[in-house]
Amino acid sequence: MAVVFQKTPVLTDVPFHYCPGCGHGIVHRLVAEVIEELGIQEKSAGVAPVGCAVFMYNYMNVDMYEAAHGRAPAVATGFKRVHPDKYIFTYQGDGDLASIGTAEIVHAAHRGEKITTIFINNAIYGMTGGQMAPTTLVGQVTTTSPYGRQKEHCGEPIRIAEMLSTINGSAYIARCALNNAANIRKTKAAIKKAFQCQIEGKGFSLVEVLSPCPTNWGKSPAEAMDWLQDNMIPYYPLGTFKEV
Amino acid sequence: MAKKLMKGCEAIAEAAIQAGCRFFFGYPITPQNDIPEYMSRRMPQVGGCFLQAESELAAINMVYGAGGAGARAMTSSSSPGISLKQEGISTCAAAEVPCVIVNMMRGGPGLGNIQASQGDYFQATKGGGHGDYHCVVYAPSSIQETCDLMPKAFDTADKYRTPVIILADGLIGQMMEPVELKMNDNPTMPDKPWACQGWDPKGDRPRAVINSLYIETEVLDDLMTRLNARYDEIRKNEVMVETYKAEGAEFMLCAYGTVARVCKAAVRILAEKGVKCGLVRPITLWPFPSKEVHDVIAQDSVQGALTVEISNGQMVEDIRLAVNGEKPVEFMGKGGSIIPTAEEIAERVMKIMRRA
Repeated sequence: MAVVFQKTPVLTDVPFHYCPGCGHGIVHRLVAEVIEELGIQEKSAGVAPVGCAVFMYNYMNVDMYEAAHGRAPAVATGFKRVHPDKYIFTYQGDGDLASIGTAEIVHAAHRGEKITTIFINNAIYGMTGGQMAPTTLVGQVTTTSPYGRQKEHCGEPIRIAEMLSTINGSAYIARCALNNAANIRKTKAAIKKAFQCQIEGKGFSLVEVLSPCPTNWGKSPAEAMDWLQDNMIPYYPLGTFKEV
Repeated sequence: MAKKLMKGCEAIAEAAIQAGCRFFFGYPITPQNDIPEYMSRRMPQVGGCFLQAESELAAINMVYGAGGAGARAMTSSSSPGISLKQEGISTCAAAEVPCVIVNMMRGGPGLGNIQASQGDYFQATKGGGHGDYHCVVYAPSSIQETCDLMPKAFDTADKYRTPVIILADGLIGQMMEPVELKMNDNPTMPDKPWACQGWDPKGDRPRAVINSLYIETEVLDDLMTRLNARYDEIRKNEVMVETYKAEGAEFMLCAYGTVARVCKAAVRILAEKGVKCGLVRPITLWPFPSKEVHDVIAQDSVQGALTVEISNGQMVEDIRLAVNGEKPVEFMGKGGSIIPTAEEIAERVMKIMRRA
């Protein structure tokens, strides 16, 4: 019998700990498949964040670091400077990358650090229980914006892909979403392009992925996909913001 | 190599390179800027990498990345910057990533001043960052000694997979002294199969995971038990201490770093006055030479001891713990980077002895 689908060997056999309907499992698989398809498993390493994806080092069949909150791009920089012939990615959520780790991500891009960042934007802090993130939409209710985020009080959500695309060291910056199969395929293509950018030594690459968090959004998995499509994509437009 | 007149910071940087350090990540702060400046000139010449990080936090996390990738990596800073690095130092300790951190101490707390100080003794020896860990801490008292300690610092870091701190006061960094550097074009580098370097699924080496998160209590306890056993080994093997005219002394001075040199001058002044005074100088502040300190101060001939520091009294607590009440231990020192003169120290010793 012909094998039509097989789990990529770049994922371990450890079961994901994610909630039903979470986007992390999808993106983990996409990253692992891209590493397999590019034939770079033995030359790759990754940096897990603090956040829901903190255990990513258990799931990826490559050498892995766990970084302190927000510091993954600095850790990846240290690795890349030691092993310039190897490939490293960071995998970071929006609390990690867009709040506590803004200095590290901006300066990694600014240096044109030859690393690849997968940035999961789910508009909320997941692991700590649904607090407001810099990416939380105006009006969105979270455990620390119980009356809905008010822009007069704490500003409007930060658009990371647009911001990083203004930096000369950025070679490839794109935003994708997981709301349907077509967009998931586009996300995979973008992740592949980001890794290729690193392989070709062009500079810093980042793919922002709009991803559902049904648990902390208080929605069913299906409702969460609809909410992402109706609320996040209008504020966070999809597309390629920089490609050199 | 013949002796050469060198500024402390530059000599330390060169000694690190001779010890096989090829990755330096730093951020400007006075009084240690000559270290990153020197590294920025020298690293490209030896095929290494100097990178000026965007912050102290980023610098220590780059060290974590490079040390975790198997390289000899280092950062340097001064007190307020070292406070910022504590998150990363705690992470390196937990993740068993070897690295070397130089602290050219300046006055604190807060921004303090930019003069020499010994106010970071507690921070360096009692943890510094959060959690139940130790760093090995070397406290050199001359530029030559700092240079001699650099290869040892990297070797110790690698041997025990631990962060190592060189705790020097700003004077060490800023003064010039003649030094003889041991040039070593090919320093021995230990094999580090545990490091992140790219993993072959068909190979013998297990997949590397450089990590400080152990969410289950039993698993974290396993790490802590392992670290603690290693700390016991370090306590057993790595203690360094100097004693000076200690045998049969009537009185003992206790000091580390630059102040210990002032104390040596005080010992000579006291000898001229007919007082047999000795000095005990811990070179490792952690592990602390408790037994050696105890044994020289508790000897029958000794009436008492005086600890001298450029602080309001930090190491004196460990001296008192070591002496355990067997002899009186007094303290002399000030914050604000005020260094007592040899005459003032000798006078204080005379005063204590007259009182006794």
